[in-house]
Amino acid sequence: MNPLTATPALDVRADFPVLERLTRGGKPMVYLDSAATSQKPVAVIEAMNDYYRRSNANIHRGVYELAQEATDLYEGARERVAAFCGWETATTIFTRNATEAINLVAYAWGRANVGPGDEVLITHMEHHSNIVPWQMLCHETGARLRYLGVSEEGTLSLDELDSVLAEGRVKLVSVVHVSNVLGTLNPVADIVARSRAAGALTVVDGSQAVPQLPVDLSAIDADFYAWTGHKAVGPTGIGVLHGRRSVLEEMRPFLGGGDMIGRVDFESSTWNELPWKFEAGTSPIAEGVGLGAAVDYLSGLGMENVRAHERDLTAYALERLPTIESLRVFGPPDPDQRGGVVSFALEGMHPHDVADLCDREGVCIRAGHHCAQPLMRMMGVPATARASFHVYNSREDVDRLVEALAKARTVFGL
Amino acid sequence: MDALYRDYILDHYKSPRNFGELDPHDLEWHDHNPLCGDELGVHVRVEDGKIAELRFHGQGCAISQAAASIASEELVGMPVDEIGGLPADWVTDLLGIDISPTRRKCALLNLKVMRGATTGDASWPES
Repeated sequence: MNPLTATPALDVRADFPVLERLTRGGKPMVYLDSAATSQKPVAVIEAMNDYYRRSNANIHRGVYELAQEATDLYEGARERVAAFCGWETATTIFTRNATEAINLVAYAWGRANVGPGDEVLITHMEHHSNIVPWQMLCHETGARLRYLGVSEEGTLSLDELDSVLAEGRVKLVSVVHVSNVLGTLNPVADIVARSRAAGALTVVDGSQAVPQLPVDLSAIDADFYAWTGHKAVGPTGIGVLHGRRSVLEEMRPFLGGGDMIGRVDFESSTWNELPWKFEAGTSPIAEGVGLGAAVDYLSGLGMENVRAHERDLTAYALERLPTIESLRVFGPPDPDQRGGVVSFALEGMHPHDVADLCDREGVCIRAGHHCAQPLMRMMGVPATARASFHVYNSREDVDRLVEALAKARTVFGL
Repeated sequence: MDALYRDYILDHYKSPRNFGELDPHDLEWHDHNPLCGDELGVHVRVEDGKIAELRFHGQGCAISQAAASIASEELVGMPVDEIGGLPADWVTDLLGIDISPTRRKCALLNLKVMRGATTGDASWPES
């Protein structure tokens, strides 16, 4: 397939009402910040709306029809979310977001299993959500936090992984599936297999992967896989943690409260079964329903098609962006090795100014450190500008970005 | 002409005044804008209670760097004990451009740093 002549497989912009609005300057909006959060299709908005209009009740306890209906909607969503990722329903835990999912592991598993002399291994391309919980764990337990480096092209080295694992002190490895800055698609199944062989627990941050790739967790087989709903055309306020049953059963709960208990006595309590042991308090019910609609929507498009669409836009952006003078693109040059996110820098312009000037043209891109300050330091830049794609984007959106960047340079007299 | 990136703003961005290091110096501060990662530090030499010389240093967007450059020209000669009382408007008036809420902290970073250097309180300036 020639990336310059192929047409993206999907034409679904009309499913996303927010994209109909015009920007301040009266220009059609080009939304290129889906790595921060995706837009929502009508199907998701309507599912949540319908839930509140017709089915709202608290779940798991009520005996009346409405409560049963709400419970069925929420638990039905869990079944579809689990199936969407190729995982078992009972070990698919709903959290508030991916950050909370990772913290759940850091608190409920980490505090009980990591101690002085142990090591936690992450990488230099992690989002803060997959750095800070491990820093806190290591500070509290006396364990050491180690990082795998990132190459010039934005990739990890499995040889370096092997050599760190061979030292025999790594208790846990946590790695991002698709980098939110570099776009790098990491070989997580390989990383998981090597880490498990060395006796380490494995965690994968799939926040950028689940929205845009077919993800089969039974093939990756990590002990924990975390992602968030709002980047996957679902609502905010709901994330997912898929966990290995044997590990989850051994773990103490994360938060205590209602819904996560079996029986409560004055002095102590017993825990509910999986997954509810890890879901204290009233759940994000409407958000669960919305996430169920989101995975239905993505399944309807077909995740192979979503990936093909993202790959096409990424390849097109990798061709077009370097036509701008003194523009530097970060991350792997091969679109097969990356997801739909492209970070770049323009010589002589700070990314913040680049994003501001793109905004004048109706083009929404992100500028900053993307919650990855250690990576920025490795790359030798204070920040980058970042364009990221989803199913509603087109090659015309990339063209609009390129035009806006050219215009931005002229404003700066470049 | 662009409403935000006026010629004098870009001139100060590309050729910032009073930028670099100053040794020896009497006061210093370093701070950043966590939203976008703009960084700015300052070295100040004090004589008779007034700012005799200062140098900003750092990296950031055109607004944060130009604002520091423009403010630096006003700050020299100012009594040190007046800096902490300067309101946010002091900077935005100097800049003479409409600053949107999303860029406001870029413009105010230099005053935050100066407040830190002169009073030890580096809270964001208020209007």
